[in-house]
Amino acid sequence: MQKAFKVARVMLSVYYAYMVEYRAELVFWVLSGTFPLILMGLWVEAAQGDQFDLSPTDLVRYFLAVFLVRQFTVVWVIWEFEREVVEGRLSPYLLQPVDPAWRHFFSHVSERFARLPFAFLLVGLFLLLYPYAAWLPRLDNLLLGLLAIMLAFCLRFLMQYTFALAAFWTERASALEQFWFLLYTFLSGMVAPLALFPDAVREVVLWTPFPYLIYFPASLLINRPENVVRGFAAMILWSALFWALNRWLWRQGLKQYSGMGA
Amino acid sequence: MKRYWKVLRLFWSTAIAAELEYRLNFLVTALISLGGLAGSLFGLFLFYRTGYEFEGWSWEAALLVLGLFTVLQGFSAMVLIPNLNKIVNQVQQGTLDFVLIKPISSQFWLSTRIISPWGLPDVVFGLVMIGYGGSRLGLGWADYGLAIVPLALGAITLYSLWFMLGATSIWFVKIYNVTEVLRGLLEAGRFPIAAYPVAYRVFFTFVVPVAFLTTVPAQTMLGQGGRGWLLASALLAVVLLLVANRFWRFALRFYTSASS
Repeated sequence: MQKAFKVARVMLSVYYAYMVEYRAELVFWVLSGTFPLILMGLWVEAAQGDQFDLSPTDLVRYFLAVFLVRQFTVVWVIWEFEREVVEGRLSPYLLQPVDPAWRHFFSHVSERFARLPFAFLLVGLFLLLYPYAAWLPRLDNLLLGLLAIMLAFCLRFLMQYTFALAAFWTERASALEQFWFLLYTFLSGMVAPLALFPDAVREVVLWTPFPYLIYFPASLLINRPENVVRGFAAMILWSALFWALNRWLWRQGLKQYSGMGA
Repeated sequence: MKRYWKVLRLFWSTAIAAELEYRLNFLVTALISLGGLAGSLFGLFLFYRTGYEFEGWSWEAALLVLGLFTVLQGFSAMVLIPNLNKIVNQVQQGTLDFVLIKPISSQFWLSTRIISPWGLPDVVFGLVMIGYGGSRLGLGWADYGLAIVPLALGAITLYSLWFMLGATSIWFVKIYNVTEVLRGLLEAGRFPIAAYPVAYRVFFTFVVPVAFLTTVPAQTMLGQGGRGWLLASALLAVVLLLVANRFWRFALRFYTSASS
């Protein structure tokens, strides 16, 4: 146990140092996540006429929360893993006594801390544009929201890492992620809060993992929690499912792996 | 001029021959763009489902904008992304040297070397959407024909912006993330500019000229744009194209090659 902590601490600090080295690059990565902010403009304009269930203030808050959640749950492990497998660079990592998944995991986690200040800066900028929307989450909602964000990140990481394992069999594993990402974009609540979806669509979407990645943590952050227990249960169930699939694929994949170029 | 034409034909026939080795890829990209299309339609539908309309834009007119956006997306997947992302590699590995010593314009070489057929599904789906929206609105061939002009101007604007960003790799080398920022902002072109609040409109007209890429061509198609917008669009395209060329020459002065 103590050893695990030590490994985690060392990896975190090493990858944090890596990330801070490219600070300018980080700013651009933060800026490239502006999609929710664009949609915020559209929805705020649309809600002026009271034709939707949510007020402009709610929508500004919602999309700022979405932007933050998105910043904390960005995952890119599949692109790195695919390259490692195709170029055979996975081989040396297999010799180390730590599963290579942790290396990716901690590099993602430490990047969160590095991009934190920039993300808050951008939120501050938008609060200047819409000063009436400034809000503070209630303490219990904030804590639950943070927990939900962490779980959402873990679930998204697990899903993407599971797809990444397809790289053992095909050279275009990222196509899987591209398709999955489309579903994620349109069903997670990034284009609109689920409250604005048609009822039938919402009922179906709630059975998929997507709304729990964005909509659920975001609505906690803006003090409009819905079905908290169900949300956490769904996240844990989906994580367990993908964990099992992931470990099974990992074992099968290693039998298949021949270490190209090594 | 004739020489450039010949070179272009050679570039593209070899590029297509190389890409056709991965035929299964075509199915995959077609599926992905079909999924993207369904998603964008769903996103637009969420706005129109309660009877709300973007100011002055009916559902069919908004479809035209979305269709134009999809066409431009396909165009950038075919020509812009594969070529301009290559500039980064060339600078990083120093192979830009070989381009510079060739007896044709280096900007031409870098911008046209590759064509990737994988953007084709997007172009086709975009055209289908425009055809559907247009037929519901009773548009004729003349209307579509007129819109080609601003659409081409929009494509030139897009190319110039992208090429200038690519040129900055001479100084900054790794710029994947900068193109991602541009891509993220261009997403705003999915919707007519009238749908945004005033501050956004100003930003997307004067800072990042998204309005000229999709909204102006759609307005021309609908016959409601007015000459002013067309003129502005032409001016913007020409100026940006010239600036891009100047900027590239300026950037080259700072190129010192790698590992030599």
